[in-house]
Formats: sequence, C-alpha cells, structure tokens
Amino acid sequence: MSNKTLLNSKDIEIILHRLACQLIENHNDFSNTILIGLQPRGSYLANRLADVLKNEYQIKDLQLGLLDITFYRDDFRRRKAPLEAAATEMDFLIEGKDVVIIDDVLFSGRSVRAALTAMQSYGRPESIELLVLIDRRFSRHLPIQPDYRGRQVDAINEEKVLVTWKETHKKDAVYIEIK
Amino acid sequence: MSELSVPHLLGIKYLKSTDIDLIFKTADHFKAVINRPIKKVPSLRDITIANLFFENSTRTKLSFELAEKRLSADVINFSAGQSSVKKGETLIDTVNNILAMKVDIVVMRHANVGAGVFLSKHVDAKIINAGDGTHEHPTQALLDSYSIREKLGNVKGKKVLIVGDVLHSRVALSNIFALQLQGAEVKVCGPTTLIPKYIASLGVAVETNLKKALEWCDVANVLRVQHERMDINYFPSTREYTQLFGINQEILDNLGKKIVIMHPGPINRGVEITSAVADSNESIILEQVENGVAIRMAVIYLLAQQVKR
Repeated sequence: MSNKTLLNSKDIEIILHRLACQLIENHNDFSNTILIGLQPRGSYLANRLADVLKNEYQIKDLQLGLLDITFYRDDFRRRKAPLEAAATEMDFLIEGKDVVIIDDVLFSGRSVRAALTAMQSYGRPESIELLVLIDRRFSRHLPIQPDYRGRQVDAINEEKVLVTWKETHKKDAVYIEIK
Repeated sequence: MSELSVPHLLGIKYLKSTDIDLIFKTADHFKAVINRPIKKVPSLRDITIANLFFENSTRTKLSFELAEKRLSADVINFSAGQSSVKKGETLIDTVNNILAMKVDIVVMRHANVGAGVFLSKHVDAKIINAGDGTHEHPTQALLDSYSIREKLGNVKGKKVLIVGDVLHSRVALSNIFALQLQGAEVKVCGPTTLIPKYIASLGVAVETNLKKALEWCDVANVLRVQHERMDINYFPSTREYTQLFGINQEILDNLGKKIVIMHPGPINRGVEITSAVADSNESIILEQVENGVAIRMAVIYLLAQQVKR
C-alpha cells in the first residue's frame, strides 16, 4: 500500500480561496445563504471555508450548520460495521434559504442523497447547491453532480481518496491510497 | 464501540457498562431529533415491530410506539385484554402467530417473571423486555439513569435512594443493576415488609427512616405503591404509609440541601408523593417521560442494526 500526494497544503489553500470567490460570485453578501457541512468529515472543510470567507473576504453574518446524516442513510443493516452518529448543530430553519452542502469527497453521491432527505426536517429551502473538495468522476451511483469542486479526480474504485486536515492530522493534504 | 454486546434487551443484568454508554450516546442524538420541528428519521423503514402488552400499560406502551414511529418502523399493537389469550392460547403460540406476519422486533410486557428470556429462546426475533412481572424493566432504568446523567452531569459516584414498594417493583431491580453498573451507590427505604430479603446480597443498604435516607442521597426515586400486586396487607393503612414514607415539601425543606426527585409513574398523588413535590422544580418526572422516548429509540435502533436481511 502506498500513498500518492494529490494536493499539498499550498494547493488546498489556493483551492479554498477560489471556492470562496466562486461562492461570493453567486451568493453576494450571504444574507440568504446557509452553509451546511456534512458530519463528520465535511465539517472541517465547511469550518475552514467559513473562516476564509469571514477573515479574508469580510463576510460578516455567515450562517454555518453541521448536519449528521447517519439516520438518513440508505445502507442501514447493509454495512459490515455499523456507523456511529455525530452531533447535528443546526439551530436554525432553512425555509426559503439558499443552502450550500459541503463535503470533502464526492464518490457515490449517497451521502448527498441522505443529506437532501435529512434537510427536509428543517424546512423547504429556496435552492440547494453542492460544494466538494474532491470530485471522484465516473464513480457515481446517483445522478448527483457538484456545483463547486476543488479538484476532479479519476481514481479507480480500488483506490481511496484520503483528505487530512491540520485540525486532526497536523497537515492539510489529499492523498490517493493505492493498494 | 458501536454495537450492543447483547442480541436482545431482556434485562440490565445482561448488559455491560459500555452498552449503557452506547445507548446514552445514541439517545443524545435522538433527543436532538425529537426536539426538531420534524421529529422523525427514516432509518427503520423496512423494520416491523410488534408491541405485545399482556399486562396493562399506558405510558410505556405510548412511549415505545412513539419511539418506533419516529424511527419510521411499521408498528402493530396487541393488548391481552382483547385477544385470544383469553381463549387459552399459549405465549409461544400467540407470538409465533404474530411472527408469521414477518415481525423483526417484539416489545413485550408480561406478568410472568422471565417471560422475555423464555421467548428469546423459542422465537426468531429481537426481544425487548418492557417489564416482566416483578423482575426487570430495563428501558425504565436506562431512562432513569439517563435523566440523572442529564440533571447532575454523571451517574458515577452519585447516591441514589429508591423509596417505597421495592418488593413488587421491577423498576427498583433494574435501577439497582443499572446504577451499580455505572458506579453509583444505591440505598432503599420503605416498610420492611416491602423490602425483599435478598436485597443485601445485591450490595444495597436498607434505611427504614425516610428522613435519614433523604439526608444521605443526591437523588430520590420514588416508587408507586402497587396495590394491584399486593395479595395481603403489607402495611396497616395507606395513611400510615404516607405518614412514614410519603415525601412532602416540608421534609425536603428541612434537608438543608437540594435533591432530585424522580418517579416512574403513574403517581398516586398524596400517597407516596404530594402534588407540591411532584410538580416542584426538584422533580424531573416529566423529563423522565421525554427521555423515555429518546432512550427507547436508541435501544430499538441499536437492536435493529443486528436484524438480518
């Protein structure tokens, strides 16, 4: 098993700024926008992106939620090991809002489908977009595509894309794990 | 750990402390779910649950049913009062007939001790014991401990007093197992006729003076006087019971400290507890009811994970 570095911390920094600018292009001052990070891994990207928007681009009232989708997944009783839930931190409704779902890697699209179901518990948003750091092309099980992508990757199914963050692994990086 | 170590929930005595931790952690998430505008998750949409209540129940049955529906399970209900049990059908026959309708989980309350264990050996479904005679009532004990944890931050090291009819109480026995497993200290208080003889063998001390017992404890769990289970007179009169073991505001005011008051319900107001105490700020009786749904959702969810496809 070996790892190939796909993005280093500098690359990720540049991508975060680009994604922030693309969001500003579509969402102006974010007054009607809510960012939602998917727990657990998407929340690191969501927090980081929110920091960039607030500190570098002076977006003041940014609403950020963290959504856990464990109970909405379609693979309950179908996985080898059960998943543990994480906390949901959404102290607002999304009724009439423009929502941006944020996750680190888009693979089969099933997490995003579960997130769409989970969000129905918080109202009817005006629109929903999807932002991902890594878009694994050709691996989708569902008709779901990102609106904002950091990097598109053509990894084969046996390869695993691994995202690490300063907060948890001391280093921002994206690897491809080759078995 | 994200899986229970047991295939059924038959009693607290079969659980490990890690099981209780997992149930509480899962219940935290479900408590958040049931406080949302839409209080439902789709996890169990392909699971069918039968609630078999061979003995009367209001809140436990409602609580289980609500928990099941909020997990999107299909639910069928059965009460012995209106069934073929009256015509002489055996327990296994009744349950096998229900299982023939493809039921995955059975929630059962029964007047006989060990009914759940018996059933788990003879039928192919997950069994949740919702009370078997005077033996165990595990989900009640779990929600009681969960409520203590919520109110006081931790169960470990707390002093918990169980007051009243311990002899006939499945709530008491399950609570003793659950509290000791989590490192709490347990004492019981009540008329000696209503304290079981084996209690010392469980490592539980007995205090017959209510005032002394209350001064000792952080939490008082007040049990209902179960007139329906008493075949003989265990105490001279209800009035005498109330005078010696009834909890009123005056006795609490004279303690010099605040304690938490719990009651599993239904309350005999004015017998084991006065209305003023039951409705006071020290009482967490309604929090117990709310937590009951979250705890039952957690237990059902965790057992449903093990249902084979």
